[in-house]
Amino acid sequence: METLIKKGAEAEIYLSEWMGRKVIIKKRVRKNYRIKEIDEELRKQRTKKESLLMSGARKAGASVPIIYDVDLSEMKITMQYVEGERIKDCIDDMDGKEQKKVCKKIGEGIASIHKSGIVHGDITTSNLILYKDRIYFIDFGLGEKSSEREKQGVDLHLLMEAFKAAHENEELFNWVFDAYEKNFEWADEVRKKVREIAERGRYMVRE
Amino acid sequence: MICLGIEGTAHTVGIGIVRDRPFGILSNVSSMYRPPSGGIHPRDAANHHASVFTDILQKALERANIKFNDIDLVAFSIGPGLGPCLRTAATAARSLSLYLKKPLIGVNHCIAHLEIGRAVTGASDPVLLYVSGGNTQVIAFMNGRYRVFGETLDIGIGNCLDKFGREAGMPFPAGPKIEEIARKGRKYVGLPYSVKGMDVSFSGILTAAINSLKRESMEDVCFSMQETCFSMLTEVAERAMAHTEKEEVLLGGGVASNERLRNMVRKMAEERGAKFYCPPGELLVDNGAMIAWTAILMKKSGIEMDIDETAIKQNFRTDEVDVTWRH
Repeated sequence: METLIKKGAEAEIYLSEWMGRKVIIKKRVRKNYRIKEIDEELRKQRTKKESLLMSGARKAGASVPIIYDVDLSEMKITMQYVEGERIKDCIDDMDGKEQKKVCKKIGEGIASIHKSGIVHGDITTSNLILYKDRIYFIDFGLGEKSSEREKQGVDLHLLMEAFKAAHENEELFNWVFDAYEKNFEWADEVRKKVREIAERGRYMVRE
Repeated sequence: MICLGIEGTAHTVGIGIVRDRPFGILSNVSSMYRPPSGGIHPRDAANHHASVFTDILQKALERANIKFNDIDLVAFSIGPGLGPCLRTAATAARSLSLYLKKPLIGVNHCIAHLEIGRAVTGASDPVLLYVSGGNTQVIAFMNGRYRVFGETLDIGIGNCLDKFGREAGMPFPAGPKIEEIARKGRKYVGLPYSVKGMDVSFSGILTAAINSLKRESMEDVCFSMQETCFSMLTEVAERAMAHTEKEEVLLGGGVASNERLRNMVRKMAEERGAKFYCPPGELLVDNGAMIAWTAILMKKSGIEMDIDETAIKQNFRTDEVDVTWRH
């Protein structure tokens, strides 16, 4: 039984079962506006890339859903279903001490991902899941292999904006960055980039 | 209110006369600079604009069947665009405003494309895919501003097509010719597909397309170039729609005259259950009517400009404008 739980611009997300486990299936769907040659190649490349980034980030020490299967004929990735709650939905209900703890983990997670030469590309509070004291990073669909400070800055800037838009405690991002700084030697340069990007002022808050 | 709007950001100088109630485009006259060879030199384009200005002004008044004194408001494209062209249009607008003793408003060119589209197609809150020579942006209204959700990281789509056309010996603008030739293309020649989040980039495709002319037929290269570039544009428009949760997509800019691009965006909208809108050709390309109409909206929402606020802005960004006429 597959249940559609989300329909994005490029992929459909299903909740399903795989060898007795609860899983998420991310399926990149055919787009009929583009010719088959472009469509298939793109979906294949992106499916491959996303699974590589996910396993790369996982190897680097960040919590990322385990990939069970990659199917390049149907362009789908079958991955671990992470129970728990989106940071977006739970952080406002915590007390300051708990928030600080969670933010520290987010910062450490981003640092591990960046250290391994990967950028996530879409770190919003909807793409972070708290489960059993771990912060899971989901949706690497916009990620790439890169160690550019600019792109690392975009990752953090987006999170900063997401916190600013929807959450009350203004300290949240600072706590994330403190932990990031302790775990990533180029954090100073990234901070400069975050400022630069904010000044350009065109990146939009999500949700 | 009757507004005379002057457009002059790039190769086209246009004058449009628009009335708000009942809404009507009374006239919309323009003249496009076509370089004898090569690309557009900003100074030559500006000289062209100055030399044809009085002529199109007269035509615009005649076709609208109004007199100078019927005009309540003078508007012009304040940016973004080529400096010399912008200055020519701005100077003409200031002189008219002083002569007629009527208020003057400078309009953001990109926003004008969106507003005229809304006015004539019935789209209410669309994502605009704005595709022209110099500009390629995905724009939507959010929190009091028109935000740029995606854009080109290097050259505009029209510029990409024109440069390819120039290398391939086509006259400017090359878009229509490429479209015609592409219809005969059958084989897809691989070109770099460059979408980054909601942004696009065209310079790599341009180089690859020019290089592939050595091995592949003109028909196949034109076909492949259109397919690649337009798929990218359609994809980022769709992403912006999903992201902003808007259910309308609107086209603007000269490249939107291309049948293939329209069909792709229409198809995308269909598959999402969204609505597709496209203004008629004369309002897709740069024109004075869109400037006039946007100025009316601005004026009615209380915007006034002193003459010293009418300095041109070559790099005027879409999201710098406080959109006082929408909530």
